[in-house]
Amino acid sequence: MAAHRSGLSLVCILFFSSLAHPSNCDTLEKANDNKAEKLSISEVNTNGGVAGEDLNERQWLSTDVEVDKSDGSKNSETLTPAPAKDQFQEELVIRPLHSGDIYASFQFRTLWDTDFLREGQKVSHYRLFPKSLGQVLSKFSVRELHISFTQGFWRTMQWGQPFIPSPPGAELWVWFHDTVSDVDGNWKELTNVLSGIFCASLNFIDLTNTVQPSASFKPLGLGNATDHRFLRYATLPREIVCTENLTPWKKLLPCGSKAGLAVLLKSEKLFHSSFHSQAVHIRPVCQDERCTSKAWELRQTLNVVFDLYTSGQGKKEWSLFKMFSRTLTEACPLASSSKVYVDITDNPEGELFELSPATPLLSQAVVLGDRRTYSVFDLSRAETFGQLRSLNLLLRWKGDSGDMLRPLLHAERYVAGFGLQTGEIHTVIYNNHPYRAFPVLLMDSVPWYLQLYIHTLTVTSKSRDNKPSYIQYQPAKDRHRPHLLEMLIQLPPHSMTEVTVQFERALLKWTEYTPDPNHGFYVGSSVVSALVPSMVAMSTNFTQDQPLFSSFVPVKEESSYFVRVYTEPLLVNLPTPDFSMPYNVICLTCTVVAVGYGSFYNLLTRTFQVDEPSPPLSKRLANLIRRMRGVPLLA
Amino acid sequence: MAAPLTLLLIVAVTIRAVLFRSNLAELISERVEVVSPLNAWKRVVEGLALLDLGVSPYSGDVFHETPFMIYLFHFLVDYAELVFMIADGITAVALYQSIQTYNKNVFRKQKYALESDRYPADCLELLRSPKEMFYIPLKVAMFYLLNPFTILSCVAKSTCGLNNAIIALFILCTLKGSALLSGILLALATYQSIYPLTLFAPALLFFLQRLYIPVNLRRSSFWFFTLQYAFIYVGSLVVITGLSFFLLGSWDFIPSVYGFILSVPDLTPNIGLFWYFFAEMFEHFRLFFICVFQINVFFYTIPLSIKLKEHPVFLIFMQIAIISIFKSYPTVGDVALYMAFLPAWSHLYRFLRNIFLVSCVLLACAALFPVLWHLWIYAGSANSNFYYAITLLFNFGQILLVSDYFYAYLRREHHLTHGLYLKKKDGTEATLVLK
Repeated sequence: MAAHRSGLSLVCILFFSSLAHPSNCDTLEKANDNKAEKLSISEVNTNGGVAGEDLNERQWLSTDVEVDKSDGSKNSETLTPAPAKDQFQEELVIRPLHSGDIYASFQFRTLWDTDFLREGQKVSHYRLFPKSLGQVLSKFSVRELHISFTQGFWRTMQWGQPFIPSPPGAELWVWFHDTVSDVDGNWKELTNVLSGIFCASLNFIDLTNTVQPSASFKPLGLGNATDHRFLRYATLPREIVCTENLTPWKKLLPCGSKAGLAVLLKSEKLFHSSFHSQAVHIRPVCQDERCTSKAWELRQTLNVVFDLYTSGQGKKEWSLFKMFSRTLTEACPLASSSKVYVDITDNPEGELFELSPATPLLSQAVVLGDRRTYSVFDLSRAETFGQLRSLNLLLRWKGDSGDMLRPLLHAERYVAGFGLQTGEIHTVIYNNHPYRAFPVLLMDSVPWYLQLYIHTLTVTSKSRDNKPSYIQYQPAKDRHRPHLLEMLIQLPPHSMTEVTVQFERALLKWTEYTPDPNHGFYVGSSVVSALVPSMVAMSTNFTQDQPLFSSFVPVKEESSYFVRVYTEPLLVNLPTPDFSMPYNVICLTCTVVAVGYGSFYNLLTRTFQVDEPSPPLSKRLANLIRRMRGVPLLA
Repeated sequence: MAAPLTLLLIVAVTIRAVLFRSNLAELISERVEVVSPLNAWKRVVEGLALLDLGVSPYSGDVFHETPFMIYLFHFLVDYAELVFMIADGITAVALYQSIQTYNKNVFRKQKYALESDRYPADCLELLRSPKEMFYIPLKVAMFYLLNPFTILSCVAKSTCGLNNAIIALFILCTLKGSALLSGILLALATYQSIYPLTLFAPALLFFLQRLYIPVNLRRSSFWFFTLQYAFIYVGSLVVITGLSFFLLGSWDFIPSVYGFILSVPDLTPNIGLFWYFFAEMFEHFRLFFICVFQINVFFYTIPLSIKLKEHPVFLIFMQIAIISIFKSYPTVGDVALYMAFLPAWSHLYRFLRNIFLVSCVLLACAALFPVLWHLWIYAGSANSNFYYAITLLFNFGQILLVSDYFYAYLRREHHLTHGLYLKKKDGTEATLVLK
């Protein structure tokens, strides 16, 4: 009954919020058309039918709850006796992609109204927030932490933009608090600790692959730190992500993988996919709309793309069971909200595909510059699960899907040239906007063993030179730090911009090569960050109950939205020495040096003399005897 | 004599100008035999580009030229081809004049010795005639200017050509007897690449000999002059380094230039002995072997100075050759400098033991360098050992060449005092051996 009531109140909240802010499209959960609205209302009514008369009362109650949520902790403290200072939300978004693949994006958010960085006060009571991460935050004075593990490459041209982008391999970027004096020391320790927490090779992050980007990675949370001395960014493009990384990641969830959406996270299915990316983002955020107090947000995301088209014998249909080999049976009891969104934007009339079970709840959200419509399944409501007490979403395609809107911003990268001496990195950035030019920030971090020649840098768009308005370049130091190149490039409308830079390959010491050196060396993705002009107005106001997937990147202005595009990592071959030769080389080179030494030594210490052949042995013996006898020697 | 030299200069400049304009120039400037990380033109341009971006060129590990080079090319970068051709010309003329002066000295000494009847009677055929000495300076200039190694180095715009010019001017000033200029130029050469430091000893010996000061540690005149010359040298070195500091406002160039030369962090293949040795070195022996290999360059200075204290010019040749063999980032430009001296020792030809073998080895290596490089780097059908083997052989050839000339020089000196046709005690023809 309790679940029933809370489910009802949530519906009411949503309903009333739609009445209160009809123009708020981000959080709006409104009926798409009259029919749906009617359905939705009738749904409310039938649910409320049990309670009958106190429906109105309940609606008010729930509005109260909403008010004190939005008014901040002060109100909630006065109203509720024991305020839960932390809350947990979970969400799954499923988007059928035009290529026939299915994109599933899980987001789990834990908000906690505490301060890890307060001096002299140790946070020791943990409820929903994982203690292992909380201790890391306070020990290393971390202001913001973003870590992602990705297997596979996100194909922007076929799949569009992901909700949260990530480069192949592991990526870690951390903003430290500005009280930290030894940032490098903290960073080194932090990577080692995280390496233990996530069972990953993050301990391979050292000074040779860490950079401090000056513009590309601004804090996503509260606080306008601009001093990039406190920022560290590193990628490990060769990192392989597998089960051993997923298990510790799941353990950070309040419900583990026992209940809620996390039951779907079975590694044997998740890693049998075209793309898999799991991430942890920790940042300070506003507790409420007016930002009176600060809360820590832990956002765990998992994005996966299933290729069900080729594995499904050409049939374009999917279900939760087919994807995850599980169905949903309950929400996580600790979650304050638990929802599944299915993107049905392309299917307003139901002519393209058929989604079952049908849901009356629709939601619209402006995400990545596009207004999308979602069917919402609220797991905290019992009727979502129907008669079978399990929810198995099923989508059957009826016809062929139309063309996808090309992503406005897209980038790719490759190495040109042949041989093992020199090469050229080409980065191609596409602006597919028909009439708007916009600037992008390109960040490249290249390991030291590829010696970049910055004077060979060319930027061309539409076969004309396009001089970057801002270049920040930090050359590499051998075995100490990588190259860092950041540029602000203006992309003309509907254009292709090519950035090229030449490099030289270094010969390394034989111990510096990775195992299997002829496989090549990975160079991390370059990062293109941009504020892309939006087709529809973005919502700039912050509300508690907007869907998680649309609230990750703060929106500052209505006309544009933030996008980060990662290019492919590069695989570059380096010349290799013969690894079996160290003894031979030492011997041979030393021999040549010794030949030089020996011949000079000979000439320096000896003098020329006439070669007198030594007398025969018999004569020498005779002379010896003669010397003893004291008689004159033989000539 | 001026006309042939002018003609030679014109021919040399024409060859270089033609090559600069051809599409070979780009190919040559990428060759690892011709340019090293220390003197590649690409890196000079990179340094200037970094300076334009507001980044210190020494903050990275691409640029290893001295601050003077930055400032020289800051103004002359558009005339770089001209600068390198002029530098080659200067080197050739300086070598020409040096050898001319040297030959005059040699001839005068030989005349005095002949007049005082110090040569054994059968040594007359060892003496040098003015006729054969006449063309030697021109041959030296020609050996430098038309040597393919020099041409390649110039076309690749390797700053090695400029260092060679400084060393050649130093030799000229030394032989002309100007201690001040010689000290300053030696300081400049040292500032550019450390190793010319070892040329201090031959220059000092030459001045002492010229001023008839005997090398005697108890004589105050010896100490007076030595300190005077050392003061000029160290003083100018300090001034030049100080000026560089004021040009850039930081000492960053010291580790980036001299630290780079001495600690050999860049293992890009070259014609020297260091790259593969230190690529394959066990980590805990690295420091030890770096010390051993670097000391090797400086190590021979004192014994050679003692052995050749009467012959400072030959000592200069020996030192330059040893530097070019054992330095950490050698290029063919360095080899070309000491090879230019070979015509000056043409009178040693009869005493050379294996000049045929050595020339064959050097020619074969020069041809095989690009072939094996291609096989390793581009075709992938060979590996690094092939290129390494050829650098080993090339250095072996150079060592043989230099020690052969050393041997021949010592032997000629021996014959000049003891006679050419030595006899054993029993009157049969004797063979000369080193004992």
